[in-house]
Amino acid sequence: MDVLGRYKNLIVLAAVLFAQILGLAVQVKRSTDPESSRLIRVWAVGAVTPFEKALVWIQSSTGNLWHSYLYLRGVRVENRQLKEQIERMRLEQVRLSQDADQARRLQALLAFKEQFISQTMAAQVIGLSGSEQSRSVYIDKGEKDGIKPDMAVITADGVVGKVLHVYGSTSLVLLISDQSSGVGAILEKSRLQGILRGTPAGEVTLEKIMSDETVLPGEPVLTSGGDRIFPKGLSIGTVTRVVPGSESFLTIRVKPAADLSKLEEVLVVTRIDERQAEPEQSGPMRAVDILAERLPSVPPKPENAPAGTATAKPPGTTQNPSASALSGTAAPAVSGANSAAGPDAKPKTPAPASGGPPVARKPAATGPGASTAGGSPQVKISQKTAKPPAEPKPQPPPEDNPQ
Amino acid sequence: MAITYTSGEQVEVYRFSLPATILIPLIAVFLQAWVPLRFHFFSIFDLPLLITIFFAMARRSQIAGLLTGALIGVLQDSLTHQPIGLYGLSKTVVGYGASSLGVKLDAENAGARLLLTLFFYVVHEVVYFLIARGLVSLHMEWSWQHELWSGLANAFLGVILYAVLDRFKQRT
Repeated sequence: MDVLGRYKNLIVLAAVLFAQILGLAVQVKRSTDPESSRLIRVWAVGAVTPFEKALVWIQSSTGNLWHSYLYLRGVRVENRQLKEQIERMRLEQVRLSQDADQARRLQALLAFKEQFISQTMAAQVIGLSGSEQSRSVYIDKGEKDGIKPDMAVITADGVVGKVLHVYGSTSLVLLISDQSSGVGAILEKSRLQGILRGTPAGEVTLEKIMSDETVLPGEPVLTSGGDRIFPKGLSIGTVTRVVPGSESFLTIRVKPAADLSKLEEVLVVTRIDERQAEPEQSGPMRAVDILAERLPSVPPKPENAPAGTATAKPPGTTQNPSASALSGTAAPAVSGANSAAGPDAKPKTPAPASGGPPVARKPAATGPGASTAGGSPQVKISQKTAKPPAEPKPQPPPEDNPQ
Repeated sequence: MAITYTSGEQVEVYRFSLPATILIPLIAVFLQAWVPLRFHFFSIFDLPLLITIFFAMARRSQIAGLLTGALIGVLQDSLTHQPIGLYGLSKTVVGYGASSLGVKLDAENAGARLLLTLFFYVVHEVVYFLIARGLVSLHMEWSWQHELWSGLANAFLGVILYAVLDRFKQRT
Protein backbone atom coordinates (compact mmCIF):
# COMPACT_ATOMS: atom_id res chain seq x y z
CA MET A 1 0.00 0.00 0.00
CA ASP A 2 2.89 2.30 0.77
CA VAL A 3 4.32 1.70 -2.70
CA LEU A 4 0.95 2.47 -4.28
CA GLY A 5 0.71 5.68 -2.34
CA ARG A 6 4.25 6.67 -3.21
CA TYR A 7 3.81 6.08 -6.94
CA LYS A 8 0.19 7.09 -7.08
CA ASN A 9 0.78 9.87 -9.61
CA LEU A 10 2.78 7.69 -11.93
CA ILE A 11 0.25 4.88 -11.70
CA VAL A 12 -2.59 7.26 -12.61
CA LEU A 13 -0.52 8.63 -15.50
CA ALA A 14 0.18 5.12 -16.79
CA ALA A 15 -3.49 4.15 -16.44
CA VAL A 16 -4.74 7.22 -18.32
CA LEU A 17 -2.15 6.78 -21.08
CA PHE A 18 -2.91 3.07 -21.35
CA ALA A 19 -6.65 3.70 -21.59
CA GLN A 20 -6.16 6.20 -24.39
CA ILE A 21 -3.74 4.00 -26.29
CA LEU A 22 -6.22 1.16 -26.01
CA GLY A 23 -8.99 3.39 -27.29
CA LEU A 24 -6.77 4.57 -30.12
CA ALA A 25 -5.94 1.00 -31.09
CA VAL A 26 -9.62 0.06 -31.18
CA GLN A 27 -10.40 3.02 -33.41
CA VAL A 28 -7.53 2.29 -35.76
CA LYS A 29 -8.62 -1.34 -36.02
CA ARG A 30 -12.20 -0.32 -36.73
CA SER A 31 -11.27 2.50 -39.04
CA THR A 32 -14.20 1.71 -41.31
CA ASP A 33 -16.66 1.94 -38.44
CA PRO A 34 -17.14 5.58 -37.43
CA GLU A 35 -19.62 4.55 -34.73
CA SER A 36 -16.85 3.39 -32.39
CA SER A 37 -16.29 6.93 -31.10
CA ARG A 38 -19.56 8.47 -32.16
CA LEU A 39 -20.91 9.26 -28.70
CA ILE A 40 -17.91 11.33 -27.61
CA ARG A 41 -17.90 13.19 -30.90
CA VAL A 42 -21.62 13.96 -30.67
CA TRP A 43 -21.14 15.39 -27.19
CA ALA A 44 -18.16 17.49 -28.21
CA VAL A 45 -19.82 18.78 -31.35
CA GLY A 46 -23.01 19.47 -29.39
CA ALA A 47 -21.04 21.50 -26.86
CA VAL A 48 -19.11 23.63 -29.33
CA THR A 49 -21.14 24.11 -32.51
CA PRO A 50 -24.13 25.99 -31.00
CA PHE A 51 -21.77 28.81 -30.02
CA GLU A 52 -20.24 28.77 -33.48
CA LYS A 53 -23.66 28.92 -35.11
CA ALA A 54 -24.72 31.81 -32.91
CA LEU A 55 -21.57 33.78 -33.66
CA VAL A 56 -21.77 33.15 -37.39
CA TRP A 57 -25.41 34.22 -37.36
CA ILE A 58 -24.62 37.45 -35.54
CA GLN A 59 -21.74 38.14 -37.87
CA SER A 60 -23.69 37.49 -41.06
CA SER A 61 -26.70 39.50 -39.83
CA THR A 62 -24.52 42.47 -39.01
CA GLY A 63 -22.75 42.16 -42.35
CA ASN A 64 -26.04 41.95 -44.23
CA LEU A 65 -27.40 45.00 -42.44
CA TRP A 66 -24.29 46.99 -43.30
CA HIS A 67 -23.93 45.90 -46.91
CA SER A 68 -27.63 45.76 -47.82
CA TYR A 69 -28.93 48.88 -46.13
CA LEU A 70 -26.15 51.15 -44.99
CA TYR A 71 -23.08 50.87 -47.18
CA LEU A 72 -24.49 51.26 -50.71
CA ARG A 73 -21.74 53.45 -52.17
CA GLY A 74 -21.15 52.69 -55.84
CA VAL A 75 -24.14 50.38 -56.16
CA ARG A 76 -25.69 52.34 -59.03
CA VAL A 77 -22.48 52.25 -61.05
CA GLU A 78 -22.06 48.58 -60.29
CA ASN A 79 -25.65 47.95 -61.28
CA ARG A 80 -25.15 49.65 -64.63
CA GLN A 81 -21.97 47.70 -65.29
CA LEU A 82 -23.68 44.44 -64.42
CA LYS A 83 -26.56 45.20 -66.77
CA GLU A 84 -24.07 45.77 -69.56
CA GLN A 85 -22.36 42.54 -68.63
CA ILE A 86 -25.66 40.67 -68.77
CA GLU A 87 -26.25 41.95 -72.27
CA ARG A 88 -22.82 40.81 -73.39
CA MET A 89 -23.31 37.43 -71.77
CA ARG A 90 -26.68 36.91 -73.40
CA LEU A 91 -25.10 37.33 -76.80
CA GLU A 92 -22.38 34.92 -75.79
CA GLN A 93 -25.00 32.48 -74.57
CA VAL A 94 -26.57 32.29 -78.00
CA ARG A 95 -23.33 30.99 -79.44
CA LEU A 96 -22.78 28.57 -76.60
CA SER A 97 -26.31 27.22 -76.66
CA GLN A 98 -25.92 26.33 -80.32
CA ASP A 99 -22.76 24.39 -79.48
CA ALA A 100 -24.55 22.72 -76.59
CA ASP A 101 -27.46 21.71 -78.80
CA GLN A 102 -25.10 20.15 -81.24
CA ALA A 103 -23.34 18.27 -78.44
CA ARG A 104 -26.65 17.01 -77.07
CA ARG A 105 -27.73 15.76 -80.48
CA LEU A 106 -24.48 13.84 -80.79
CA GLN A 107 -24.79 12.46 -77.27
CA ALA A 108 -28.32 11.33 -77.99
CA LEU A 109 -27.09 9.51 -81.05
CA LEU A 110 -24.52 7.70 -78.93
CA ALA A 111 -27.05 6.93 -76.16
CA PHE A 112 -24.71 8.79 -73.86
CA LYS A 113 -25.67 8.85 -70.20
CA GLU A 114 -24.50 11.81 -68.22
CA GLN A 115 -24.54 12.85 -64.60
CA PHE A 116 -25.81 16.23 -63.55
CA ILE A 117 -26.41 17.99 -60.30
CA SER A 118 -30.13 18.14 -59.82
CA GLN A 119 -30.31 19.46 -56.28
CA THR A 120 -28.01 21.33 -53.96
CA MET A 121 -28.37 22.86 -50.52
CA ALA A 122 -26.61 26.03 -49.42
CA ALA A 123 -24.81 25.78 -46.09
CA GLN A 124 -22.81 28.13 -43.96
CA VAL A 125 -19.35 27.18 -42.72
CA ILE A 126 -19.45 27.65 -38.94
CA GLY A 127 -16.09 26.36 -37.79
CA LEU A 128 -12.96 24.34 -38.36
CA SER A 129 -11.74 21.17 -36.72
CA GLY A 130 -9.17 23.23 -34.81
CA SER A 131 -6.23 21.12 -35.88
CA GLU A 132 -3.68 21.64 -38.64
CA GLN A 133 -3.54 17.88 -39.12
CA SER A 134 -7.27 17.59 -39.74
CA ARG A 135 -8.33 19.77 -42.62
CA SER A 136 -12.06 19.77 -42.25
CA VAL A 137 -14.84 22.27 -41.62
CA TYR A 138 -18.21 22.21 -39.94
CA ILE A 139 -21.33 23.36 -41.80
CA ASP A 140 -24.66 24.36 -40.32
CA LYS A 141 -26.68 21.65 -42.06
CA GLY A 142 -27.03 18.10 -40.78
CA GLU A 143 -29.20 15.03 -40.63
CA LYS A 144 -32.35 17.09 -40.07
CA ASP A 145 -31.75 18.87 -43.37
CA GLY A 146 -31.24 15.67 -45.32
CA ILE A 147 -27.46 15.69 -45.42
CA LYS A 148 -25.83 12.28 -45.71
CA PRO A 149 -22.23 11.07 -45.62
CA ASP A 150 -20.27 11.15 -48.89
CA MET A 151 -22.25 13.99 -50.40
CA ALA A 152 -20.12 16.34 -52.50
CA VAL A 153 -19.52 19.88 -51.24
CA ILE A 154 -18.71 22.61 -53.74
CA THR A 155 -18.66 26.37 -54.18
CA ALA A 156 -19.23 28.50 -57.23
CA ASP A 157 -15.48 28.34 -57.84
CA GLY A 158 -14.93 24.61 -57.53
CA VAL A 159 -14.83 21.47 -55.45
CA VAL A 160 -14.41 21.82 -51.68
CA GLY A 161 -14.69 18.30 -50.29
CA LYS A 162 -17.18 15.72 -49.14
CA VAL A 163 -19.40 15.20 -46.11
CA LEU A 164 -17.65 12.90 -43.66
CA HIS A 165 -19.70 12.82 -40.46
CA VAL A 166 -23.30 13.93 -40.10
CA TYR A 167 -24.76 15.09 -36.79
CA GLY A 168 -28.20 16.41 -35.93
CA SER A 169 -27.87 19.93 -37.24
CA THR A 170 -24.24 20.07 -38.31
CA SER A 171 -21.91 18.07 -40.53
CA LEU A 172 -18.17 17.64 -40.82
CA VAL A 173 -16.82 18.22 -44.31
CA LEU A 174 -13.47 16.72 -45.25
CA LEU A 175 -11.58 19.15 -47.48
CA ILE A 176 -9.75 18.01 -50.60
CA SER A 177 -6.53 19.29 -49.01
CA ASP A 178 -6.69 16.73 -46.20
CA GLN A 179 -4.24 13.86 -46.57
CA SER A 180 -6.98 11.25 -46.16
CA SER A 181 -9.13 12.64 -48.98
CA GLY A 182 -9.15 11.37 -52.55
CA VAL A 183 -10.93 12.74 -55.61
CA GLY A 184 -11.04 11.26 -59.09
CA ALA A 185 -9.58 13.94 -61.37
CA ILE A 186 -8.91 14.51 -65.03
CA LEU A 187 -6.72 17.05 -66.78
CA GLU A 188 -8.88 19.15 -69.06
CA LYS A 189 -6.65 19.31 -72.13
CA SER A 190 -4.59 16.12 -72.04
CA ARG A 191 -7.52 14.06 -70.61
CA LEU A 192 -5.13 12.21 -68.30
CA GLN A 193 -6.82 10.75 -65.25
CA GLY A 194 -5.39 10.60 -61.75
CA ILE A 195 -6.24 10.82 -58.08
CA LEU A 196 -6.23 14.12 -56.25
CA ARG A 197 -4.88 13.91 -52.70
CA GLY A 198 -4.01 16.30 -49.92
CA THR A 199 -0.58 16.48 -48.33
CA PRO A 200 0.34 16.83 -44.63
CA ALA A 201 1.20 20.46 -45.36
CA GLY A 202 -2.29 21.11 -46.72
CA GLU A 203 -1.35 21.25 -50.38
CA VAL A 204 -3.15 19.35 -53.12
CA THR A 205 -1.41 16.97 -55.52
CA LEU A 206 -2.52 14.94 -58.49
CA GLU A 207 -1.14 11.41 -58.35
CA LYS A 208 -0.99 8.29 -60.50
CA ILE A 209 -0.02 10.01 -63.74
CA MET A 210 2.91 8.35 -65.47
CA SER A 211 6.12 10.32 -65.71
CA ASP A 212 6.34 9.90 -69.49
CA GLU A 213 3.22 12.01 -69.92
CA THR A 214 3.43 15.72 -70.60
CA VAL A 215 1.60 17.94 -68.16
CA LEU A 216 2.08 21.68 -68.26
CA PRO A 217 1.50 24.20 -65.48
CA GLY A 218 -1.68 26.16 -65.95
CA GLU A 219 -3.74 23.23 -67.17
CA PRO A 220 -7.16 23.06 -65.51
CA VAL A 221 -8.05 19.99 -63.44
CA LEU A 222 -11.63 18.73 -63.37
CA THR A 223 -13.47 15.96 -61.56
CA SER A 224 -13.52 12.74 -63.53
CA GLY A 225 -16.65 11.32 -61.92
CA GLY A 226 -14.86 8.05 -61.26
CA ASP A 227 -15.21 8.31 -57.49
CA ARG A 228 -19.01 8.31 -57.70
CA ILE A 229 -19.12 11.27 -55.32
CA PHE A 230 -18.34 14.25 -57.49
CA PRO A 231 -20.11 14.56 -60.86
CA LYS A 232 -17.87 14.74 -63.86
CA GLY A 233 -16.65 18.11 -65.07
CA LEU A 234 -16.55 20.18 -61.90
CA SER A 235 -13.59 22.49 -61.59
CA ILE A 236 -10.99 21.42 -59.03
CA GLY A 237 -8.12 23.76 -59.73
CA THR A 238 -5.10 24.46 -61.88
CA VAL A 239 -1.75 22.73 -62.21
CA THR A 240 0.97 24.86 -60.66
CA ARG A 241 4.05 22.64 -60.63
CA VAL A 242 5.07 19.31 -62.16
CA VAL A 243 8.00 17.33 -60.80
CA PRO A 244 9.03 13.68 -61.19
CA GLY A 245 7.76 11.68 -58.24
CA SER A 246 8.37 8.20 -56.96
CA GLU A 247 7.71 4.94 -58.79
CA SER A 248 7.69 6.51 -62.26
CA PHE A 249 4.75 8.76 -61.48
CA LEU A 250 4.59 12.52 -61.69
CA THR A 251 3.95 14.68 -58.67
CA ILE A 252 1.63 17.40 -59.84
CA ARG A 253 0.82 20.26 -57.51
CA VAL A 254 -2.65 21.71 -57.98
CA LYS A 255 -3.94 25.03 -56.75
CA PRO A 256 -7.57 24.51 -55.74
CA ALA A 257 -10.08 26.71 -57.56
CA ALA A 258 -12.05 27.23 -54.36
CA ASP A 259 -10.22 29.15 -51.66
CA LEU A 260 -10.22 26.51 -48.94
CA SER A 261 -8.83 28.87 -46.32
CA LYS A 262 -11.64 31.38 -46.68
CA LEU A 263 -14.77 29.30 -46.95
CA GLU A 264 -17.97 30.98 -45.88
CA GLU A 265 -20.80 29.47 -47.87
CA VAL A 266 -20.81 26.15 -49.66
CA LEU A 267 -23.24 24.02 -51.62
CA VAL A 268 -23.91 20.44 -50.64
CA VAL A 269 -24.88 18.33 -53.64
CA THR A 270 -27.88 16.49 -52.26
CA ARG A 271 -28.90 14.75 -55.47
CA ILE A 272 -27.09 13.69 -58.60
CA ASP A 273 -29.19 12.31 -61.42
CA GLU A 274 -28.13 10.37 -64.42
CA ARG A 275 -30.03 10.42 -67.66
CA GLN A 276 -29.61 10.02 -71.33
CA ALA A 277 -28.98 13.13 -73.33
CA GLU A 278 -31.91 14.47 -75.33
CA PRO A 279 -31.63 16.92 -78.17
CA GLU A 280 -33.03 20.37 -77.47
CA GLN A 281 -36.60 20.61 -78.70
CA SER A 282 -36.84 24.37 -78.88
CA GLY A 283 -35.52 26.23 -81.86
CA PRO A 284 -32.22 28.01 -81.65
CA MET A 285 -32.25 31.59 -80.54
CA ARG A 286 -30.48 33.86 -82.94
CA ALA A 287 -28.23 36.78 -82.19
CA VAL A 288 -30.68 38.99 -84.01
CA ASP A 289 -33.36 37.97 -81.49
CA ILE A 290 -31.24 39.21 -78.66
CA LEU A 291 -30.42 42.40 -80.48
CA ALA A 292 -34.10 42.96 -81.24
CA GLU A 293 -34.86 42.87 -77.55
CA ARG A 294 -32.44 45.66 -77.01
CA LEU A 295 -33.95 47.93 -79.65
CA PRO A 296 -35.74 50.97 -78.31
CA SER A 297 -39.44 50.77 -78.96
CA VAL A 298 -42.46 53.04 -78.80
CA PRO A 299 -45.24 51.60 -76.70
CA PRO A 300 -48.62 51.34 -78.48
CA LYS A 301 -50.97 54.18 -77.91
CA PRO A 302 -53.92 53.48 -75.67
CA GLU A 303 -57.24 53.67 -77.45
CA ASN A 304 -58.60 56.51 -75.34
CA ALA A 305 -55.40 58.51 -75.24
CA PRO A 306 -55.51 61.91 -76.87
CA ALA A 307 -53.73 62.21 -80.15
CA GLY A 308 -50.09 63.16 -79.94
CA THR A 309 -49.72 61.90 -76.37
CA ALA A 310 -47.52 58.90 -75.67
CA THR A 311 -48.64 57.16 -72.52
CA ALA A 312 -46.45 54.43 -71.18
CA LYS A 313 -48.21 51.37 -69.83
CA PRO A 314 -47.09 49.82 -66.62
CA PRO A 315 -44.23 47.40 -66.93
CA GLY A 316 -45.23 43.83 -67.48
CA THR A 317 -48.27 44.67 -69.52
CA THR A 318 -46.79 46.29 -72.59
CA GLN A 319 -45.76 44.12 -75.49
CA ASN A 320 -43.68 45.52 -78.24
CA PRO A 321 -45.21 44.02 -81.36
CA SER A 322 -42.33 44.76 -83.62
CA ALA A 323 -39.78 43.32 -81.24
CA SER A 324 -41.97 40.35 -80.53
CA ALA A 325 -42.48 39.60 -84.13
CA LEU A 326 -38.83 39.95 -84.89
CA SER A 327 -37.55 38.02 -82.00
CA GLY A 328 -40.30 35.57 -81.39
CA THR A 329 -39.81 35.97 -77.69
CA ALA A 330 -41.27 38.14 -75.05
CA ALA A 331 -38.90 41.03 -74.78
CA PRO A 332 -37.95 40.87 -71.16
CA ALA A 333 -36.67 44.37 -70.81
CA VAL A 334 -40.00 45.71 -71.99
CA SER A 335 -42.72 43.30 -71.25
CA GLY A 336 -41.81 41.18 -68.28
CA ALA A 337 -41.56 37.46 -67.92
CA ASN A 338 -45.14 36.40 -68.29
CA SER A 339 -46.23 38.51 -71.20
CA ALA A 340 -48.08 36.64 -73.84
CA ALA A 341 -46.13 36.31 -77.01
CA GLY A 342 -47.80 36.31 -80.34
CA PRO A 343 -49.18 33.10 -81.80
CA ASP A 344 -46.17 32.69 -84.00
CA ALA A 345 -43.77 33.28 -81.17
CA LYS A 346 -41.08 30.78 -80.42
CA PRO A 347 -40.84 29.31 -76.95
CA LYS A 348 -38.94 31.35 -74.48
CA THR A 349 -35.36 30.57 -73.82
CA PRO A 350 -34.39 30.56 -70.18
CA ALA A 351 -32.38 33.51 -69.09
CA PRO A 352 -28.67 32.92 -68.71
CA ALA A 353 -27.27 31.91 -65.34
CA SER A 354 -30.72 31.43 -63.94
CA GLY A 355 -30.72 27.65 -63.73
CA GLY A 356 -33.38 25.23 -64.72
CA PRO A 357 -33.35 21.95 -66.52
CA PRO A 358 -31.87 22.99 -69.85
CA VAL A 359 -28.85 24.47 -68.13
CA ALA A 360 -28.51 21.75 -65.54
CA ARG A 361 -28.44 19.05 -68.16
CA LYS A 362 -24.78 19.53 -68.92
CA PRO A 363 -22.57 19.45 -65.86
CA ALA A 364 -19.72 21.42 -67.31
CA ALA A 365 -22.02 24.21 -68.33
CA THR A 366 -24.09 24.09 -65.22
CA GLY A 367 -21.85 25.71 -62.71
CA PRO A 368 -22.29 24.88 -59.09
CA GLY A 369 -24.95 27.44 -58.44
CA ALA A 370 -27.06 26.82 -61.46
CA SER A 371 -29.56 24.45 -59.97
CA THR A 372 -29.91 25.05 -56.32
CA ALA A 373 -32.52 24.39 -53.76
CA GLY A 374 -32.83 26.34 -50.60
CA GLY A 375 -30.78 29.29 -51.72
CA SER A 376 -27.30 29.60 -53.07
CA PRO A 377 -24.49 32.11 -53.24
CA GLN A 378 -26.01 33.33 -56.46
CA VAL A 379 -29.08 34.34 -54.55
CA LYS A 380 -26.90 36.48 -52.40
CA ILE A 381 -25.24 38.06 -55.40
CA SER A 382 -28.58 38.88 -56.97
CA GLN A 383 -29.66 40.68 -53.83
CA LYS A 384 -26.67 42.89 -54.06
CA THR A 385 -26.79 43.59 -57.75
CA ALA A 386 -30.47 44.47 -58.08
CA LYS A 387 -31.80 42.68 -61.13
CA PRO A 388 -33.54 44.61 -63.86
CA PRO A 389 -37.24 44.85 -63.03
CA ALA A 390 -38.48 42.97 -66.05
CA GLU A 391 -35.93 40.14 -66.05
CA PRO A 392 -37.78 36.96 -67.09
CA LYS A 393 -37.93 34.18 -64.56
CA PRO A 394 -36.44 30.82 -65.51
CA GLN A 395 -39.01 28.61 -67.10
CA PRO A 396 -38.96 24.95 -67.96
CA PRO A 397 -38.68 24.05 -71.60
CA PRO A 398 -42.04 24.01 -73.31
CA GLU A 399 -43.85 20.74 -73.72
CA ASP A 400 -44.91 21.39 -77.26
CA ASN A 401 -43.16 23.39 -79.85
CA PRO A 402 -45.47 25.62 -81.81
CA GLN A 403 -43.20 25.56 -84.77
CA MET B 1 2.11 24.70 -0.26
CA ALA B 2 5.12 23.38 -2.12
CA ILE B 3 8.78 24.38 -1.99
CA THR B 4 10.42 25.41 -5.26
CA TYR B 5 13.98 24.80 -6.44
CA THR B 6 14.33 28.29 -7.85
CA SER B 7 13.13 30.59 -5.11
CA GLY B 8 13.63 28.46 -2.08
CA GLU B 9 10.32 29.73 -0.83
CA GLN B 10 6.98 28.07 -0.54
CA VAL B 11 4.69 28.64 -3.51
CA GLU B 12 0.97 28.91 -3.55
CA VAL B 13 -1.24 26.11 -4.80
CA TYR B 14 -4.28 27.54 -6.51
CA ARG B 15 -7.69 26.21 -7.30
CA PHE B 16 -10.43 27.38 -9.65
CA SER B 17 -14.18 27.69 -9.40
CA LEU B 18 -16.28 25.05 -11.14
CA PRO B 19 -17.57 27.42 -13.86
CA ALA B 20 -14.01 28.52 -14.63
CA THR B 21 -12.80 24.91 -14.68
CA ILE B 22 -15.44 23.93 -17.22
CA LEU B 23 -15.90 27.09 -19.27
CA ILE B 24 -12.28 28.15 -19.82
CA PRO B 25 -11.27 24.91 -21.61
CA LEU B 26 -14.55 24.89 -23.55
CA ILE B 27 -14.03 28.47 -24.70
CA ALA B 28 -10.45 27.66 -25.66
CA VAL B 29 -11.53 24.71 -27.81
CA PHE B 30 -14.32 26.80 -29.30
CA LEU B 31 -11.98 29.68 -30.18
CA GLN B 32 -9.48 27.24 -31.64
CA ALA B 33 -12.17 25.97 -34.00
CA TRP B 34 -13.76 29.30 -34.83
CA VAL B 35 -11.13 32.04 -34.97
CA PRO B 36 -8.97 30.47 -37.75
CA LEU B 37 -12.05 30.54 -39.94
CA ARG B 38 -11.82 34.34 -39.97
CA PHE B 39 -8.11 34.81 -39.26
CA HIS B 40 -6.19 32.01 -40.88
CA PHE B 41 -2.88 32.80 -39.16
CA PHE B 42 -4.50 31.91 -35.81
CA SER B 43 -4.23 28.21 -36.65
CA ILE B 44 -0.56 28.44 -35.58
CA PHE B 45 -1.72 28.79 -31.97
CA ASP B 46 -2.86 25.95 -29.75
CA LEU B 47 -5.12 27.54 -27.16
CA PRO B 48 -6.17 24.23 -25.54
CA LEU B 49 -2.49 23.45 -24.95
CA LEU B 50 -1.90 26.84 -23.31
CA ILE B 51 -4.91 26.27 -21.05
CA THR B 52 -3.61 22.82 -20.13
CA ILE B 53 -0.22 24.24 -19.17
CA PHE B 54 -1.79 27.06 -17.20
CA PHE B 55 -4.10 24.85 -15.15
CA ALA B 56 -1.37 22.27 -14.54
CA MET B 57 1.15 24.84 -13.34
CA ALA B 58 -1.37 26.68 -11.16
CA ARG B 59 -2.81 23.63 -9.44
CA ARG B 60 0.56 21.96 -8.99
CA SER B 61 -1.08 18.58 -8.74
CA GLN B 62 0.14 15.93 -11.13
CA ILE B 63 -3.10 13.96 -11.18
CA ALA B 64 -5.19 17.08 -11.71
CA GLY B 65 -2.77 18.21 -14.41
CA LEU B 66 -2.79 14.98 -16.39
CA LEU B 67 -6.57 14.60 -16.11
CA THR B 68 -7.10 18.19 -17.26
CA GLY B 69 -4.80 17.56 -20.20
CA ALA B 70 -6.51 14.29 -21.07
CA LEU B 71 -10.00 15.81 -21.02
CA ILE B 72 -9.06 18.90 -23.02
CA GLY B 73 -7.16 16.76 -25.51
CA VAL B 74 -10.03 14.33 -25.98
CA LEU B 75 -12.41 17.24 -26.48
CA GLN B 76 -10.08 18.66 -29.12
CA ASP B 77 -9.78 15.25 -30.77
CA SER B 78 -13.54 14.90 -30.93
CA LEU B 79 -13.83 17.85 -33.29
CA THR B 80 -11.40 16.37 -35.79
CA HIS B 81 -11.99 13.40 -38.05
CA GLN B 82 -8.95 11.57 -36.73
CA PRO B 83 -8.98 8.90 -34.02
CA ILE B 84 -9.67 10.18 -30.52
CA GLY B 85 -6.54 10.06 -28.40
CA LEU B 86 -3.90 11.85 -30.46
CA TYR B 87 -4.29 15.17 -28.67
CA GLY B 88 -5.50 13.35 -25.57
CA LEU B 89 -2.24 11.47 -25.11
CA SER B 90 -0.07 14.48 -25.96
CA LYS B 91 -1.84 16.78 -23.55
CA THR B 92 -1.88 14.15 -20.82
CA VAL B 93 1.91 14.04 -20.98
CA VAL B 94 2.11 17.85 -21.05
CA GLY B 95 -0.33 18.20 -18.15
CA TYR B 96 1.68 15.77 -16.05
CA GLY B 97 4.97 17.41 -16.94
CA ALA B 98 3.77 20.97 -16.40
CA SER B 99 2.30 20.18 -12.99
CA SER B 100 5.49 18.32 -12.02
CA LEU B 101 7.60 21.35 -12.95
CA GLY B 102 5.03 23.68 -11.42
CA VAL B 103 5.65 22.03 -8.07
CA LYS B 104 9.39 22.53 -8.32
CA LEU B 105 9.72 25.84 -10.17
CA ASP B 106 8.34 29.26 -9.53
CA ALA B 107 6.31 29.69 -12.67
CA GLU B 108 4.74 33.00 -11.74
CA ASN B 109 7.03 35.34 -13.63
CA ALA B 110 6.77 36.06 -17.33
CA GLY B 111 10.24 34.79 -18.26
CA ALA B 112 9.73 31.39 -16.68
CA ARG B 113 6.31 31.12 -18.25
CA LEU B 114 7.71 31.95 -21.68
CA LEU B 115 10.40 29.28 -21.48
CA LEU B 116 8.11 26.66 -19.97
CA THR B 117 5.45 27.21 -22.61
CA LEU B 118 8.02 26.99 -25.40
CA PHE B 119 9.42 23.80 -23.90
CA PHE B 120 6.04 22.14 -23.43
CA TYR B 121 4.88 23.18 -26.88
CA VAL B 122 7.81 21.30 -28.40
CA VAL B 123 7.18 18.32 -26.09
CA HIS B 124 3.55 18.30 -27.16
CA GLU B 125 4.44 18.37 -30.85
CA VAL B 126 7.04 15.62 -30.47
CA VAL B 127 4.62 13.34 -28.60
CA TYR B 128 1.86 14.06 -31.12
CA PHE B 129 4.22 13.36 -34.02
CA LEU B 130 5.38 10.06 -32.54
CA ILE B 131 1.87 8.85 -31.79
CA ALA B 132 0.54 9.93 -35.17
CA ARG B 133 3.38 8.26 -37.04
CA GLY B 134 3.73 5.22 -34.81
CA LEU B 135 0.20 4.33 -33.81
CA VAL B 136 -2.07 5.84 -36.43
CA SER B 137 0.29 5.73 -39.45
CA LEU B 138 -0.41 9.31 -40.41
CA HIS B 139 1.99 10.89 -42.88
CA MET B 140 3.52 13.82 -41.08
CA GLU B 141 6.43 16.08 -41.79
CA TRP B 142 8.65 17.46 -39.04
CA SER B 143 10.27 20.85 -39.37
CA TRP B 144 12.29 22.19 -36.45
CA GLN B 145 12.09 25.68 -37.86
CA HIS B 146 8.31 25.61 -38.05
CA GLU B 147 7.96 24.08 -34.61
CA LEU B 148 10.27 26.59 -32.97
CA TRP B 149 8.56 29.58 -34.55
CA SER B 150 5.17 28.19 -33.61
CA GLY B 151 6.46 27.49 -30.12
CA LEU B 152 7.68 31.05 -29.73
CA ALA B 153 4.39 32.46 -30.98
CA ASN B 154 2.49 30.26 -28.54
CA ALA B 155 4.84 31.18 -25.70
CA PHE B 156 4.28 34.90 -26.22
CA LEU B 157 0.54 34.42 -26.45
CA GLY B 158 0.72 32.22 -23.38
CA VAL B 159 2.38 34.93 -21.28
CA ILE B 160 -0.43 37.33 -22.14
CA LEU B 161 -3.12 34.72 -21.66
CA TYR B 162 -1.79 33.55 -18.30
CA ALA B 163 -1.83 37.13 -17.03
CA VAL B 164 -5.53 37.31 -17.89
CA LEU B 165 -6.31 33.88 -16.46
CA ASP B 166 -4.51 34.71 -13.19
CA ARG B 167 -7.66 36.63 -12.25
CA PHE B 168 -9.56 33.36 -11.99
CA LYS B 169 -7.14 31.86 -9.48
CA GLN B 170 -8.36 31.24 -5.97
CA ARG B 171 -6.02 30.68 -3.05
CA THR B 172 -6.39 27.36 -1.28
